[in-house]
Amino acid sequence: MTLDSPILRSATRLLLPLTLMFSVFLLVRGHNEPGGGFVGGLVAAAAFALVLLVQGQGAARDLLRVDPLSLVAAGLFTALCSGLPPLLAGGAFMTGSWLKTPLPVVGKLGTPVLFDVGVFLVVLGITMAILFALAEEER
Amino acid sequence: MLTSILLLFAASSLAPLAHRALGKRAGVCLAAVPALLFAHFVGQLGSVTAGRASAESWDWVAGLGIRLAFHLDGLSLLFALLVTGIGALVLVYGAGYLEGDPRLPRFSAAMLFFMAAMLGLVLADDAIVLFVFWELTSVSSYLLIGFDHEQEKARKSALQALFVTGAGGLAMLAGLLLLGEAAGTLQLSALGAEAARIQGHALHLPALLLILLGAFTKSAQFPFHFWLPGAMAAPSPVSAYLHSATMVKAGIYLLARLNPALGGTDAWHYLVILAGAATLVTGAVLAYGQTDLKRLLAFTTVSALGTLTLLVGISTEHSARAAMAFLLVHALYKAALFLGVGAIDHEAGTRDVRELGGLARAMPLTAFAVCASALSMAGLPPLFGYVAKEFFHEAKQEVPRAAAWVSTASFLGSALVAAAAGLVAWRPFFGRRRSQLSAHEAPPALWLGPVLLALLGVALGLFPGSLAVPLIQPAASAMRGEPTVVELAPWLGLSPALVQSLLMLAAGAVLYAVHDRALAALAPLRGLARLGPDRGYQALMAGLVALARAQTRALQNGVLGVYLLVTIGSAVALAGYALFSRATLAAPAGGGVRLGEAAVALAMVVGAVAVIRARTTLIGVAALGVVGYGVAVIFLLFGGPDLALTQFAIETLSVLLFVLVLRRLPPLRQLSPRSEHLRDGLVAVSGGLFVTALVLAATATPHATPLRDWFAANSLSAAQGRNVVNVILVDFRAFDTLGEITVLAVAALGVVALLRLRPEDRKESL
Repeated sequence: MTLDSPILRSATRLLLPLTLMFSVFLLVRGHNEPGGGFVGGLVAAAAFALVLLVQGQGAARDLLRVDPLSLVAAGLFTALCSGLPPLLAGGAFMTGSWLKTPLPVVGKLGTPVLFDVGVFLVVLGITMAILFALAEEER
Repeated sequence: MLTSILLLFAASSLAPLAHRALGKRAGVCLAAVPALLFAHFVGQLGSVTAGRASAESWDWVAGLGIRLAFHLDGLSLLFALLVTGIGALVLVYGAGYLEGDPRLPRFSAAMLFFMAAMLGLVLADDAIVLFVFWELTSVSSYLLIGFDHEQEKARKSALQALFVTGAGGLAMLAGLLLLGEAAGTLQLSALGAEAARIQGHALHLPALLLILLGAFTKSAQFPFHFWLPGAMAAPSPVSAYLHSATMVKAGIYLLARLNPALGGTDAWHYLVILAGAATLVTGAVLAYGQTDLKRLLAFTTVSALGTLTLLVGISTEHSARAAMAFLLVHALYKAALFLGVGAIDHEAGTRDVRELGGLARAMPLTAFAVCASALSMAGLPPLFGYVAKEFFHEAKQEVPRAAAWVSTASFLGSALVAAAAGLVAWRPFFGRRRSQLSAHEAPPALWLGPVLLALLGVALGLFPGSLAVPLIQPAASAMRGEPTVVELAPWLGLSPALVQSLLMLAAGAVLYAVHDRALAALAPLRGLARLGPDRGYQALMAGLVALARAQTRALQNGVLGVYLLVTIGSAVALAGYALFSRATLAAPAGGGVRLGEAAVALAMVVGAVAVIRARTTLIGVAALGVVGYGVAVIFLLFGGPDLALTQFAIETLSVLLFVLVLRRLPPLRQLSPRSEHLRDGLVAVSGGLFVTALVLAATATPHATPLRDWFAANSLSAAQGRNVVNVILVDFRAFDTLGEITVLAVAALGVVALLRLRPEDRKESL
């Protein structure tokens, strides 16, 4: 099922990169300003969902490139791994540890940021997995 | 010691790779690991015999006083030698038994895993560490009994063994914790010194009962013996190793280990001796009634475990040495017998005594191993089994009460086991050769283990003083908690015990001679066997399933409205009760309501009413959206931009979800009667009132040091972030978040699985 119309099609072309950029923006700035991995993942999912509605399941899957459930697994793995580095330094699991010098654009980098990336991937993967499964049902 | 356990775990995880890389030689190469450990433990014999126990320990859960502690004394060493020595032989055997079977790597991996767990169990010096390894042996036993997982019988037996031993294990955990409470320590080697304190403690009896439950289920004591014959669904090497030589002795090990702390009381004597004697007789009687060699051996194992329990229960000097001698000899002969029967099955294609015969010429080595071991089981000189039997007869004179009964029971049991031994030794190998004309000697891998074990039994019997004493004396000392001298001679002289042995053998010979007729005569009684405790287990399981089905039908019947009713109703009832019995409600302090807030609230109320009155799904969804966006705006108004942002995103995605789902839903119709509307409305309103009360109570409760302030003060300095909400999520409470996203992931898997389940597939799966 697609909602094919010239207006939506053009809007998608413009909105898709903007929404995706916005989602990453939300993820990165989340530690200091409103945002974060959860809402970032939802916004990214909204971008892909738009493609799903307008151009259909195949196009959305091609754009996502990976199976959404693999994305969930990768996200969980990332989040879990973000807790490991402190163990090597003798700290407790998931103690936040940060690089001393901030990086350009991204800002300060530490294990909680990596954790947030994991949350982002999990949320994006879950939402897309459910949406794809529902769209599949449509046929 | 931890190194040796880890070595086995490593070998287990590398086993599949080893099989791929080394092919046929993999079995022998993997067996080298336990063989090396066996050599290592033999090297420890000297210092342990001299009375020096070695120990090592690390902090594990310091807050609870749990240490990763290991301890090697005579008892542990005897078990460690059995575990590694027989383990190495069984791995070699298994590689031959399952040669060419694609499941061989899985077999080797599971066996090595079990070996590691069992070694950990007997070396552990902390009650909790012991419990962990105890459960690991149950898990690996489950995997190995269910090895033929395509057969329903194997799966059922595996599950039954897991349920019975798992339930016992949980009881044991509770018992060990109570024991730790009474003794003030979880260190097993320190419990003996606290015996007086433990036995005078109020928790002594509950702890004892729970621990005995764990030991009895694991060691298949009456009335829990029924899982062991079922476990024979496993391949023969597994039966030889887990279900006769090692794992089922874990319960005996635990009793022997705790004997210095718990033994010697009236309760101990009554319970342990009674269970042991009952098991001894039950196992022997049932063994006599079998014609399948493997089941026959399984029941003699039950009987032997009963004997061991009985001996541990007597807990005198004589009984300790008898227990350890019997433990050793039983492990040797029973492993050899199971392996030998496996070889017969492998070559002749049957294990039924009625179909076997005359194989001695075709399979001389297997015949030697099986006959020597069976004679040891019967207790004939000069085999080591004879020495152990003598000890047994000596020890049972010391039963504190009802000695005559116990003596009679054990005499009967021994005679029946001797008859069973005759069946195993004679029927397959001698007499007229039956249908298996093609049978010939098993390959070396299949006879090596049994022959070595049988030779060891002969050697121990011939030179008990120099070979058996170094093993048995330290073990008996450790079991009694005080130095115990064991003297062994192949010939104990003319004694009442000798007379008993001869009488018992004569009775066994008579029973063997009348076996066929006895079976025929007892055939009508076979129906009675079905009334055993196995029936109780089946009824219990069926009841459990019925209960689960009934409560699922009542609470989760597939109607979404009922799910909501149950969830909201129980939240209101339970949390509401707690709220109204404890908290005080007060109107919120502070100024009145701003105009904007009132407007949003009004919009939400209108939205909610519109949802109820909606005539089409589309209107309902839109009205629901009004409520959702209203909540987001309220978050914004009260300074929660993060929450608001997330709520907006969720609402937007919900609309998308509805677009995908909506077209498939039937139009809205009025189906339920008015009374159900009233009921639903009542629950909904009470839910709303409850949440309102909760908010009021939460704002009215004064906090001494609000967490909010702590988070605000530490967010930037400790966690490098200014957004407190996010810092809590990804740093302060990151572990919670990790749990939450895991739950989300599992929920998503469930949703996808349910959606992919098409009606046409559903018919197939039912």
